Amino acid sequence: MELTRRNVMIMGTGAMVAFGLPMAANAAGEDLIEAFTGGAEMAESGVTLTAPEIAENGNTVPIEVDADGASEIMVLALGNPTPPVATFKFGPLAASHTASTRIRLAGTQDVVAIAKMKDGSFAKATKTVKVTIGGCGG
Amino acid sequence: MIRKMITVGALGPLLFTAGAALAEAVEDTLVVNEDIEMTTRTDAPEHLSDALDEIMSGWHFRGTETRAMQADDFDNPGMIFVEQARDDWSEVVGTEGNSCASCHDEPESLAGVRAVYPKWNEAAGEVRTLEMQVNDCRENRMGAEPLKYTGGTMQAMIALISSVSRGMPVNVATDGPAESTWEEGKELYYTRTGQLELSCANCHEDNYGRMIRADHLSQGQINGFPVYRLKNTKLNSVHARFKGCVRDTRAETYKPGSPEFVALELYVASRGNGLSVEGPSIRN
Amino acid sequence: MAKGVRPRVKVPKTASAGEAITIKTLISHKMESGQRKDSDGNKIPRSIINRFTCDFNGENVIDVTLEPAISTNPFFEFEATVPETGEFQFTWYDDDGSVYETSKKISVE
Repeated sequence: MELTRRNVMIMGTGAMVAFGLPMAANAAGEDLIEAFTGGAEMAESGVTLTAPEIAENGNTVPIEVDADGASEIMVLALGNPTPPVATFKFGPLAASHTASTRIRLAGTQDVVAIAKMKDGSFAKATKTVKVTIGGCGG
Repeated sequence: MIRKMITVGALGPLLFTAGAALAEAVEDTLVVNEDIEMTTRTDAPEHLSDALDEIMSGWHFRGTETRAMQADDFDNPGMIFVEQARDDWSEVVGTEGNSCASCHDEPESLAGVRAVYPKWNEAAGEVRTLEMQVNDCRENRMGAEPLKYTGGTMQAMIALISSVSRGMPVNVATDGPAESTWEEGKELYYTRTGQLELSCANCHEDNYGRMIRADHLSQGQINGFPVYRLKNTKLNSVHARFKGCVRDTRAETYKPGSPEFVALELYVASRGNGLSVEGPSIRN
Repeated sequence: MAKGVRPRVKVPKTASAGEAITIKTLISHKMESGQRKDSDGNKIPRSIINRFTCDFNGENVIDVTLEPAISTNPFFEFEATVPETGEFQFTWYDDDGSVYETSKKISVE
């Protein structure tokens, strides 16, 4: 294919459309975060997100979230077709603001945990989880 | 031989380099419910001693979180199916008005059974797998319909029967009347098949510990079956796994319950003689 | 009601007043995400557990909103404070309207 400026632009747009999906999910993720925090600043510390560096299998990935003093923690998988994963609301009898669960990840991506603290402030933690497709029977 | 503990995290960069990356089996011990001590590594049985020094459970080839999941019966989702099977165990089905409990009392009374299957059945004149025996009981002693070999209900029952033998060493007979079946299985294990011309041994004996794309190859032991796979979140049977492996070599695969797979199961089980029964285990 | 749905919970039998205990819960549920397609290429509709709550003697411990990204057989582990002898109530809400419940007693010595 001749590399004219026109062709490169068309190829570029094509690529944008082809890769539009994760970009859309990312945008959706951004919107959800915005809605949760009301646009407030998020501290870099205050919430811990534990997830494997490489998921044994994307269908069942164990994660843990922990935020001392949080009333709510929202978890998003930015690379999934739909980013929301779970939201944990802690009641008066929660002994700690910690929760563990198992999630599905469609591919290698960033998993995000946003904690809403009792004092109304927010904190964010991000973890990149690699999800691979196996060689045989995987 | 002391092996360094290599966490999956540290292996991260290695996995994505071109070519086969060597990823050692992890140094770790498995004790289930702080109670059942599992032998997951031991000397290879006599018949295998010229091919392997040491046999290892598939548990050693999985990631940190997966291994931890198996250490507690609550964390192990395979145990939900064991509970379901406990209900089935006491349920009367079929024309004779019996349940498993009518003859076998508690499931715990079958401790030791899983460890010696597949085995020769004198009356039937054939080597039987656990599934075949369960269906024989159902059809002939209960007057009930046989269960689908690789189906959920059957595998839940196999998981229950396995669970009461956990910690006990696998010990299938390879001699006597079972010998010819065992030889047949051995031949299948070492024969290359399919468009990819691979035999079981090519991966599981010659290359265990290596990565095949993103999969960490194990020795292909079956002491952990039925297996709760994270990939399909359900119990998987030995024959279903064999069928998949053969299909993956791009060969015409055999059917679950077929004489070929029965022979292969007997042989593969014998390669694990000495390892503890782990089923239901958790793998990827 | 979705088929074969079965809750399990792990709660210690006893605790001291005010102690923090670990609770684990599991429920067997397919969690059909709505992303899968059947053999004809049609999308299989979403059908999941969308909410899980744990209460103790009527007071809330945790309230979880689940999305399709939670794995089959949803598992949760969390900590609860036990002020006195009583009963934990666990409730799961299904997209199809079903509600699954189980409870566990604990005594404070």
